[in-house]
Amino acid sequence: MDFAFLYDTLLTLLPGVPLTLKLAFSAVALGAVLALGLAMMRLSGLRALDWPARVYVFLFRSTPLLVQIFLIYYGLGQFREVRTSWLWPFLREPYWCAVLALTLNTAAYASEIFRGGLLAVPHGQVEAARAAGMSRGLLFRRIVLPVAIRQALPAYGSELILMIKATALASIITLMEVTGLAAKLIAETYRAIEVFIVAGSIYLVLNFVVTRLVLAAERRLTPHLRPAPVAILNDGGAA
Amino acid sequence: MTAVPAVRLTDLRKSFGPLEVLKGVSLEAHEGDVVSILGSSGSGKSTMLRCINMLATPDGGEVAIRGEVIGLTPTRHGMRPADRLQVDRMRSQIGMVFQSFNLWSHMTVLENVIEAPIHVQKRPRAEAVAEAEAILAKVGIADKRNHYPAHLSGGQQQRAAIARALAQRPKVMLFDEPTSALDPELVGEVLRVMRSLAEEGRTMLVVTHEMGFARDVSNKVVFLHKGVVEAQGAPGEVFTNSTSERFRQFLAG
Repeated sequence: MDFAFLYDTLLTLLPGVPLTLKLAFSAVALGAVLALGLAMMRLSGLRALDWPARVYVFLFRSTPLLVQIFLIYYGLGQFREVRTSWLWPFLREPYWCAVLALTLNTAAYASEIFRGGLLAVPHGQVEAARAAGMSRGLLFRRIVLPVAIRQALPAYGSELILMIKATALASIITLMEVTGLAAKLIAETYRAIEVFIVAGSIYLVLNFVVTRLVLAAERRLTPHLRPAPVAILNDGGAA
Repeated sequence: MTAVPAVRLTDLRKSFGPLEVLKGVSLEAHEGDVVSILGSSGSGKSTMLRCINMLATPDGGEVAIRGEVIGLTPTRHGMRPADRLQVDRMRSQIGMVFQSFNLWSHMTVLENVIEAPIHVQKRPRAEAVAEAEAILAKVGIADKRNHYPAHLSGGQQQRAAIARALAQRPKVMLFDEPTSALDPELVGEVLRVMRSLAEEGRTMLVVTHEMGFARDVSNKVVFLHKGVVEAQGAPGEVFTNSTSERFRQFLAG
């Protein structure tokens, strides 16, 4: 093993990390908003809302992300309407095309995760909230959403990890994130194994951090799913 | 009997599909009344209770809380409340206790109890907390205030649910089979709390199978059978002299 080369490779690839994270977090943040909307459309009970959401989820889950990226990056520019619209300054940038593709893709998956979370909210808890006089908005904000988020968190953690990895596809439309830099370095050095080992390790570290963050969030949000801490059990009569 | 009744149901009707559950039920509960609602399963007693706070919407008839009639509008499938704000306002004055407790699982006992006072009734947090602590002490679970519902026994959960209902400062309290989901040895602690509430003069409507409670604590007993009121009156009267053959059969088990 040529450790000096590995170290040099690490120094070459690390500058790609901010772009990888930026892509992932923009897509996850925008995608979550879209996903919540889609999940609520699915659960609205109204055909006119339910069906468009179904079709959307079907299309984006059933086609490869790479194809979606190509379609958006190479495809949209073919239409004069797109080129002359106010969106063109964004859509001609590979960065925004990648963010758009990743966002639309993660929204499809996340909407199903959210839908599962929302469906798992116990009906009795919703009924108790209604009986207490909560308006629909208050009930959603105080009871349904907090319970649903807790239910959805483990599955959503996987989606976050998938998104970090999915950003690697952005390299194919010229973005110099970690994988893009790796591909460039390989073209210069022909040392694919070392470079990809370093690139893979960077994703490993990023996802290790993401995993720990999700776990920490889970621990913080769901004390009621763990056995009662002994300290609390013994505070009898402390009132 | 000239005072406006706390709850008045007039000719209440409700169907689920082809099944007619309530076939014209009328009932009055006055301030301080403790009404036990008895009946075998399927008699419509829970549905009747749920119509009072519109968790079930009646298809016909009228619900009035302290004289205020809850507006209903016809729809294709039956009725719906005409004014959601009226329903929310009315619900916040009615405390409800469920068979399966239905505490909010992501909140501690104290958080459950202060939720409606703070977020629905917009009372100051400090005041809500102080009142909640007092209520929790009254129902005997002050030491559990920082526990999550999942960490409590059934009896403790139900007492927490009663505390949550009490914190709304309700004008009327509804109990939907509050002891039916409890292990036999836990029934007593919940009934004791309910008895103390009755002794305070609270207006309570209780769907129950606890004959002891109906006989000794309530001042009025209503027996529902197949969606109609088959017998009603003071417990002493109804239990000893009811002319209803059905009620006698029901009591005989």
